[in-house]
Amino acid sequence: MPRKSPPITEAWRGITFTRRALVVGGAQAAVGVALAARMAYISVVDNDRYVLESESNRVNLTLVPPRRGWIVDRHGKALANNRVSLRIDIIPDRLHNRDFVLGQLRTLLRLDGDTMDRINRDLKAASGFQPVAVAEDMSEAEYASILVRLPEMPGIAPQRGFARNYPTGAAVGHLIGYVGAPNAEEYEKAKDPLYITPGYKIGKDGLEKYFQTMLKGKPGARRVEVTARGRVVRDLDTQPDVQGKTVHLTIDADLQEFVARRMGRESGAAVVIDCTNGDILSFVSMPSFDPNSFSDGISNSEYSWLRADDHQPLINKATRGLYPPGSTLKPMAAIAAVEHGVDPSERHTCIGGYRLGNRFFRCLGTHGSVDMPTAIMKSCNSYFYWLAHRLGYDAMAPTAKLLGLGEEFQLAGSSQRYGTIPDSAWKMKKYDQQWSASDSLNAVIGQGYVSVNPLQLAVMTARIASGRRLYPRLINREFRNEPLPFSAEALAVARQGMDLVVNGAGTAVRSRLPLDGITMAGKTGTAQVRGLGTGNGKSGTWKFRDHGLFIGFAPVVNPRYATAVVIEHGMGGARAAAPVAKDFMTFLFDREKAMEALETFEAGWGGTIQERMDRDYAAWKSGASSDPNPELPQ
Amino acid sequence: MIVVPPAIQRIPWKLIALLSAITGFGILVLYSAAGGSFTPWAMQQTVRFLVFLTVAMVIGRFPIRIFEDFSYIAYIGVLVLLIAVELLGFVGGGSQRWLNLGFMNLQPSELMKVTIVVALARFYAQLPPGNTHSWTALWPALIIIGLPAALVMLQPDLGTALSICIGGVVVMFAAGLPFWWFGSTAIAGAAALPVLFSFLHDYQQKRVLIFLDPESDPLGAGYHISQSKIAIGSGGIGGKGFLNGSQSHLDYLPEGHTDFIFATMAEEWGLIGGLALLFAFFLLLRWGTRVALKARTRFGQLTAAGLTMTIFFYIAINLMMVMGLAPVVGIPLPLFSYGGSSMLTIMTCVGIILAIENDSKTGTRGLH
Repeated sequence: MPRKSPPITEAWRGITFTRRALVVGGAQAAVGVALAARMAYISVVDNDRYVLESESNRVNLTLVPPRRGWIVDRHGKALANNRVSLRIDIIPDRLHNRDFVLGQLRTLLRLDGDTMDRINRDLKAASGFQPVAVAEDMSEAEYASILVRLPEMPGIAPQRGFARNYPTGAAVGHLIGYVGAPNAEEYEKAKDPLYITPGYKIGKDGLEKYFQTMLKGKPGARRVEVTARGRVVRDLDTQPDVQGKTVHLTIDADLQEFVARRMGRESGAAVVIDCTNGDILSFVSMPSFDPNSFSDGISNSEYSWLRADDHQPLINKATRGLYPPGSTLKPMAAIAAVEHGVDPSERHTCIGGYRLGNRFFRCLGTHGSVDMPTAIMKSCNSYFYWLAHRLGYDAMAPTAKLLGLGEEFQLAGSSQRYGTIPDSAWKMKKYDQQWSASDSLNAVIGQGYVSVNPLQLAVMTARIASGRRLYPRLINREFRNEPLPFSAEALAVARQGMDLVVNGAGTAVRSRLPLDGITMAGKTGTAQVRGLGTGNGKSGTWKFRDHGLFIGFAPVVNPRYATAVVIEHGMGGARAAAPVAKDFMTFLFDREKAMEALETFEAGWGGTIQERMDRDYAAWKSGASSDPNPELPQ
Repeated sequence: MIVVPPAIQRIPWKLIALLSAITGFGILVLYSAAGGSFTPWAMQQTVRFLVFLTVAMVIGRFPIRIFEDFSYIAYIGVLVLLIAVELLGFVGGGSQRWLNLGFMNLQPSELMKVTIVVALARFYAQLPPGNTHSWTALWPALIIIGLPAALVMLQPDLGTALSICIGGVVVMFAAGLPFWWFGSTAIAGAAALPVLFSFLHDYQQKRVLIFLDPESDPLGAGYHISQSKIAIGSGGIGGKGFLNGSQSHLDYLPEGHTDFIFATMAEEWGLIGGLALLFAFFLLLRWGTRVALKARTRFGQLTAAGLTMTIFFYIAINLMMVMGLAPVVGIPLPLFSYGGSSMLTIMTCVGIILAIENDSKTGTRGLH
């Protein structure tokens, strides 16, 4: 084509132009047809697919966390329920301008340094879409101030939801436990999208954790139209959530709160058991934490404050506190002795102690000639040294175990330390040593190797009072509760001795119930923290003082309630523990009278539990902030 | 009989109706894209259209001699502006394209799309016919195209550079340069594609790669194409209805009022709306081609053909982009997309073609 070019004229050029313009126009038309075909293909053939993708863009399915089931007491009164809560969360994966957003939140919500620390800590630990709580229980005004600024703060998720509420606060801390947002580990395990939904809480401790599957309920779902930036445009439809089931406890909420309040500033535990069926009516360990704080996401400094307290509010002393039971084990020893043929009326003369070989085991007094009930009444060590020396502790340990000591109970939501009821086989196994007579003497007065928890003491008391092998329960489970294999005489002696302790001339006469016709039987115990003979345990540094213990039941005739109280470092059972038991036993029969007494006490202690905790926390915080290396309180 | 005054007869009512139909449809879509509001886009677009339409009509009354006489001066002027953009232009959208004149942002590369065609048309109109197959027909044209194309690539603006090249090449083609020059250049260009690809900026390379496989990055750069196809595809035959497009109203479709306005339209008006728009563009381009064929002068022929191609290139590249047939290059849809620069360019093209049409009606046909 190139070389044989004809002479190029204007006419030729014009024809070429027309031809080529038509070629270009034709090519344009062809492209146009192709575009039309392409569009038809997308919008007709692929229409279904793109309609689906467009819908999945537009519609967002959000889970609505279910309302958690209530936990109620034996009368249906709420121990844990839900309240409406306005909350703000951060979704870490959507948080692009972290410093700016946190700064805004801080200004708008006036968050303190503590809260900011917690948020930063949670953000660090959070995984992807797991929400981090910023604030809960906000006022409408605060909530609205965030809502209007939402477009500038991606990653912020406001929500109108429910929060767990514990009406009696610290009184039920150790019993109920608390709830909290699931952590990354728990989400990995459950693989449930609900776990990363803001506002969803799972049981973290205690009964909340134990009954999680029952309490959790079924989530609702909300279909919303959202923009590409995640802003909700409107609700399409909503499927309501199903609230979790209610858990009925055997607890008596009023008694629980009364006992908790009556513990005052002391550290200790108290358990009340129904002698007819083993129901636990009250299960208190004080001081406690406020489960409401934990459920809202506890601040760093509040947690440090709880940890730093030497009264150990984070430990459930009712099941995890082990104490030498002291003389509270004497009624048990009496039963064992009668079962082994000792005549309760047989007398032993207390000369202020008992000589074993070249050692002299001291008694707290010189009681003269005592029989078994009197020995219990006077808490005479010499008498029981004499019994233990005569029978050996191997004869008594089985009785102790039958009464529930050293036993771990199948109890909902509690982790227990079950302590030790020693015998010769135990000592051989543990220390590879022979059991000695002095071991028996120490054990019989509840010292030495013996350690029990308050729950066990309460069960023991309930079993002595009822004569049946009551099994403690927090929910309505059926147990056989068969009669104990003890003679009526043995149980009667123990009960008689305990009656005399309070109503005769015993150690707890000052804790008689101020009621007509209803009396309480009991036994005090004082457990040495230091070894025998080092200091007198009645004064000096708090943590070296003796523990005060008391077990009791009421009424004496046809017992209905059994209890055990332990006051740590209370310097004596009669002094510290028995008066507490007296007041809450009174409460069970005459509420008004008991409340009067309590209010007088609380006035002296400086207010209710909540008021005292708030004040202590504030004091601790101001102390902690001024002193880089703060001394522990007390 | 109603006597129509000649001044009114001379106004090209059909053309005005066609332009108004296209732009009016676009304004409806802009109204919807703003969530059913005349602000911020629809109202301004209307005003802009009326102004530029008037400009086009005024340009249409110019004798075409003026365009021919001033073509080289205009070309050099715009070239200087392009250099000025390189020197003074500010950074916008990752590339330097605008020159701030105080009252408006001038985009000289847009002007170049028109002036390149006019300048080349003049060059070939003046070229003696016998030289059409010679070297002298080629090298000046390559320089005229190469200089501005290189400057625009520096900005960097691949779409506009391509547009400038295409406008120029079509003028060369229409001028009757040997066919095999174009054929061999196309083959050589295809062979050199990997080399050219390596000259592109990172983000341009990414766009090309993602165009080849949009699903590889559905939330990143492939997002535009995916969301655009979803919008068009979910519209179906009849569309979701005016003001009911969820893709555009919920911000899933990026640039729903500018580069991706066709997708916004297709979602609400469906295939029917799309075909109607394509037909309107077909009428516009047919008019341009007819003017070229009927033009009285060679300059008029070449200019009309080149400018029609420039308009076509806008439409084709934009539609291919929103339908996932071309990489995202940022070319608006003529008269439809919100924006002043592209409307100015298109209306200038229309005005010049109109002037050529008027010239062929008044004068006698014949090539000098």
